[in-house]
Amino acid sequence: MGSTVNQSPEREEFAKPESRFKSLLKRMIRNKSSLIGACILIFFLLIAAFAPFLMTHDPNSTDVLNDFQGPSSENWFGTDHNGRDIFSRIIYGTHLTLYVGTVSVAVGAVFGIVLGLLAGYYGRILDSIIMRVADVLLAFPGILLALAIVSALGPSLNNVIIALAIYNIPVFARITRGSVLEVKDVEYIQAVRALGAKDAKILFQHLLPNVSSPIIVQASLQVATSILSAAGLSFLGLGVQPPTPEWGAMLNSGRSYMWDNPHLTLFPGIALVLVVLGFNMLGDGLRDALDPRSKK
Amino acid sequence: MTTTPLFETKNLKKYFPVKGGILNRTKAEVKAVDDISFAINPGETLSLVGESGCGKSTTGRAVLRLEEPTDGEITFNGEDFRSLSKSELRDKRKDMQIIFQDPYASLNPRQKVKQILDEAMAIQGVVPKKDRPARIRELMDVVGMRPHQAERYPHEFSGGQRQRIGIARALSVDPKLIVCDEAVSALDVSTQAQVLNLLRDLQRKYDLTYLFISHDLGVVRHISDRVAVMYLGKIVEIADKKSLFDSPRHPYTRALLSAIPVPDPDEKSERIVIEGDVPSPMDPPSGCRFHTRCPFATDICKQEDPELRKTGDMADDHQAACHHMEEIVAQYGTTPTLPEEVGNE
Repeated sequence: MGSTVNQSPEREEFAKPESRFKSLLKRMIRNKSSLIGACILIFFLLIAAFAPFLMTHDPNSTDVLNDFQGPSSENWFGTDHNGRDIFSRIIYGTHLTLYVGTVSVAVGAVFGIVLGLLAGYYGRILDSIIMRVADVLLAFPGILLALAIVSALGPSLNNVIIALAIYNIPVFARITRGSVLEVKDVEYIQAVRALGAKDAKILFQHLLPNVSSPIIVQASLQVATSILSAAGLSFLGLGVQPPTPEWGAMLNSGRSYMWDNPHLTLFPGIALVLVVLGFNMLGDGLRDALDPRSKK
Repeated sequence: MTTTPLFETKNLKKYFPVKGGILNRTKAEVKAVDDISFAINPGETLSLVGESGCGKSTTGRAVLRLEEPTDGEITFNGEDFRSLSKSELRDKRKDMQIIFQDPYASLNPRQKVKQILDEAMAIQGVVPKKDRPARIRELMDVVGMRPHQAERYPHEFSGGQRQRIGIARALSVDPKLIVCDEAVSALDVSTQAQVLNLLRDLQRKYDLTYLFISHDLGVVRHISDRVAVMYLGKIVEIADKKSLFDSPRHPYTRALLSAIPVPDPDEKSERIVIEGDVPSPMDPPSGCRFHTRCPFATDICKQEDPELRKTGDMADDHQAACHHMEEIVAQYGTTPTLPEEVGNE
């Protein structure tokens, strides 16, 4: 210690500070909404993971003599018009639903975030081009855009994911750009520039972590939207094709018999509502937990 | 002057376009910095003072090319700084660092202090990786913090401590010139003194050169060797500290100096109150930019832009930009303040 340098009278801190992740986790647990949302999602994740052990029947084996059976001890959620066990089909469909929702959001988010970072950081003409294209894509109602893309590509699970990913790109581009505009002129970014950091480093190591909160919130809400859209596409016959037990497709095939046998649509519908609710509650809770102003 | 300056800028201009209309065309320009020149010798502290909005911070950023200047020359260590390509500029940034005003905004909240310092050294490759932990401890020590505090996040520190970390970051790459952009303005007075003393100690220890930007004349008096006074994007007076504070020549400098509060209740203050507001830099007054508020303004002031010049009895490196310097000195002498009736005309 140079003797000329003043030592400011600071007191020692007592405890080691808790990490960001830990304190976030704490706030999430304190937040009822995100806690319930997380529980619902963990429940469905476990179902998806252990589906083979939970299914009571083969989800695709038909038994025409036993069609339209109501819920019973043999078939917990009853059977459909081909005598297939609805409980097993829902269990099997869980991983499809989660897969479509998360993968389409992940792919859309990666492209959207990169475009949003570039648009926000470089501005000018690049910003204009990226955001005008995004505006055009956002002007379509989501399901309509996905519908158009799927009808062009042909109905299949992967094409549904591609369509939803494309729909998700402008959503993430816009939210990322907005946050970048807010942060890019803050002095710590200027400081890194003044140190001579390359743009890629500034974009991905400094801007991205500091704009991540709204993106994470948006992602969890967007998974819910994408799951609904995927179910909607399947319901319209453009998504996953029968006999694959996708919840939307199950709703579609049960639709014709809805008045006499509501359990064909009731159970997949409830499952869908629960998963979407879980993601929405988690998203809302995360929004509160990640907002530094709500930190207690 | 016999020494070659470490840093020199000539005719520096920074205009910000004001866009508007359907086609987003440039409608007007804010002349934040309009044709200023100055040089800084090695080991010296040059202060830029002026009201808020006079372009002093923009100057600080423009000389570092954090904001690309509109026009002008910048020479650093004999090299043309403006002609450097993007990658050459990145390498050269090692020599010129900046300390920011707001200690709450100048540190990335997601990085620990040691990561902030480590990254700075990594970007410039000044210290091999294995030596960096030791260097971080040394830097923390140099700025008067405890080495183990490098394990913490910025939000766990006070404003003064954060500013010390900002200083450590600037020092980590062994710069020659540091631009201190209102470096102590956001701190409370007792912390200001500590940080100012730290800056001065570091200057001696590492032979640093400062461009010190401030609106606080007390702070400027404490740390500067030379002072440049800015008004509406122009330098109106530049001198060594003693000449400027003891015998200011420009009416604006006199007004500024008379506004320094004197901690003596019995002292009869002779404040020169300049009337009106600072005119808009989008449409600066013709001629001398201060003429709209100057008690001495005449017709020539409205027409001709005065150059920085030296009159007979002024110190060697003392220059001011006023048409009426001689008359004012003849009438009122060279005391920092003017008789009260002048200001209230």
